[in-house]
Amino acid sequence: MTTIITILFFGIAYGMILYLISVGLSVTMGLMGFVNLAHGVFAMLGGYATVTSMNRFGVPFLPALAIGCVLVAALGFVLERTLYRHLYGRSELDQVLFSFGLILVSVAMVRIAWGPLAQPIQLPDYLKGQVKILDITLPAYRLALVGFGAVVIAGLWFVFDRTLFGARIRAAVDNRAMAQSIGINTSRLFAAAFGLGTGLAALGGGLGADVLAIAPAYPLQYLVYFLIVVAVGGLGDIKGPFVAALAIGLADTACRYFLPAAGSIFIFAFVFVVLIWRPNGIMERR
Amino acid sequence: MTTVSASPIVHAAPPSGIVRLLQLLPWLVVAGLPLALPGYEPLATQVFVMILFALSLDLLVGYAGIVTLGHAGLFGVGGYTAGILSVHGVTDPIVTAICGMILAAVTGLVFGVAMLRTKGLTLLMLTMASAFLLYEIANKATALTGGEDGLQGVSFTALLGLFAFDFRGKTAFFYSLAALFLVFTFVRALINSPFGWSLRGIRENDARMAAVGCPIMQRRVTVYVIASALAGLAGALQTQTTQFVALYSLSFELSGNILIMLILGGSGRLYGAFVGVPVFMLAQDLLAKQDPANWFLGQGIILIAMVMLAPGGILGIAERAVNAIKTRSGR
Repeated sequence: MTTIITILFFGIAYGMILYLISVGLSVTMGLMGFVNLAHGVFAMLGGYATVTSMNRFGVPFLPALAIGCVLVAALGFVLERTLYRHLYGRSELDQVLFSFGLILVSVAMVRIAWGPLAQPIQLPDYLKGQVKILDITLPAYRLALVGFGAVVIAGLWFVFDRTLFGARIRAAVDNRAMAQSIGINTSRLFAAAFGLGTGLAALGGGLGADVLAIAPAYPLQYLVYFLIVVAVGGLGDIKGPFVAALAIGLADTACRYFLPAAGSIFIFAFVFVVLIWRPNGIMERR
Repeated sequence: MTTVSASPIVHAAPPSGIVRLLQLLPWLVVAGLPLALPGYEPLATQVFVMILFALSLDLLVGYAGIVTLGHAGLFGVGGYTAGILSVHGVTDPIVTAICGMILAAVTGLVFGVAMLRTKGLTLLMLTMASAFLLYEIANKATALTGGEDGLQGVSFTALLGLFAFDFRGKTAFFYSLAALFLVFTFVRALINSPFGWSLRGIRENDARMAAVGCPIMQRRVTVYVIASALAGLAGALQTQTTQFVALYSLSFELSGNILIMLILGGSGRLYGAFVGVPVFMLAQDLLAKQDPANWFLGQGIILIAMVMLAPGGILGIAERAVNAIKTRSGR
């Protein structure tokens, strides 16, 4: 029983990190139809910014997360305005090559700046210990991660469902031309959504620095997981990827625990089965 | 908003006899290389194998418009098939190469049927996942594949019972060059056939092709299986000429590298692989020696610059230069 709860808990923590990082990719895919393989770069940079401001400048954990989030969101906004926007009408191959090039450049720069080794995060004391709830001991860090993740996700859903900005995004995902013709400035909307998505990825990268280790290979190593979350969850949606991320987090954690000999074979096989069953993702509207 | 079409849609007149003979000339020059540059045979063999591999990818990316990030999976299946057969006593090079092709084709068929119903990001992800799946299986099945250490004790008997694989690498050189020539001739015939033209049609506009009665799914799966078989052949050749096969031949790194090699030369142009592979391998040799970071940076900048400024790779640049000269002198 304790094992099952522990697995559930670790799986949910892992899934939340995957969701925070990938949700921006889903929204930008749905809005601009841009295949942005480099989305993980922003999560990695968020992780580096968080870890560096903590380890080198002694900034506490939460402000360090905020610093990473803001810096990377600004970078995402600038990149969208200067580079990405020129490629919206281009072929899928061009978009893939461009974003793949961006990954390679970022891997090289990070390696030059921080070296090839992973950057361990120095957790504050209040997140280091264990917390005992009903006879089950859980690490405080992951507990905080789940709590904080839940708050951010609730905020995101509120913005998406209840604010004018969210309504505009939903409108543009459904029908860009129509949204434009009723006076929504889609170009500015894209930039804002891109900045928001990269900021969330940075938050996920920083918050999950202890789950997905911050190292130069980060955007390549976890790329397939981010793509799985978006493809299984459905493009342009924010709730589908949540279900997908939790499912992947739980399945991967359970597989690693019960069938370590099989590695990640089952998770990939599972993804194939899901997408043969529903090629457009699990939340497909009928 | 028009994208540069990878290959111009024009019918070239069938080449005359003299032109055909002239087309053989570069092949003869390359076949004479061991005389001019002795000692470079093993390097040249690697280049031939990679060109063959890139050519199989060009069928998918350049002609059928199927972008894949998992092509190494099929290369690895061919490579491991040849290696495992050799360790278990089947050591004829031709037989093991054909077995590698068949197994890679079957793998391509199974994955292709599952993947090719999807498009865009989902298809990209599935191609990656298919190669990861194969990688993980090879990684865990250590009894069969040797796992992380690679497969040891691979050796093959003499080619056709006549030419043993020598230390100088001469047999391997001519063997892989002959295989490349055969595959090139086959691919050229394929892309100029009605089947090849229907692939370009699907790449440009699949809805229209479906509307004129072209069985899209069937064509896409067929080309995927053909490209898989050729990738498997390249993998088998790699195993045979190096007498070794390791997890790298299934890796995402190789999938990415081969795509970059093809794009660097120019996809959808048939000769792109012949230009991109040597340039890439030369640059890798120069840059990666100093620091891997430089190599990543170089590749990344080249990719971004090519997409933003020079679509079509090296051959695309050459094509535009030739066209510019033609129009200027025409006036």
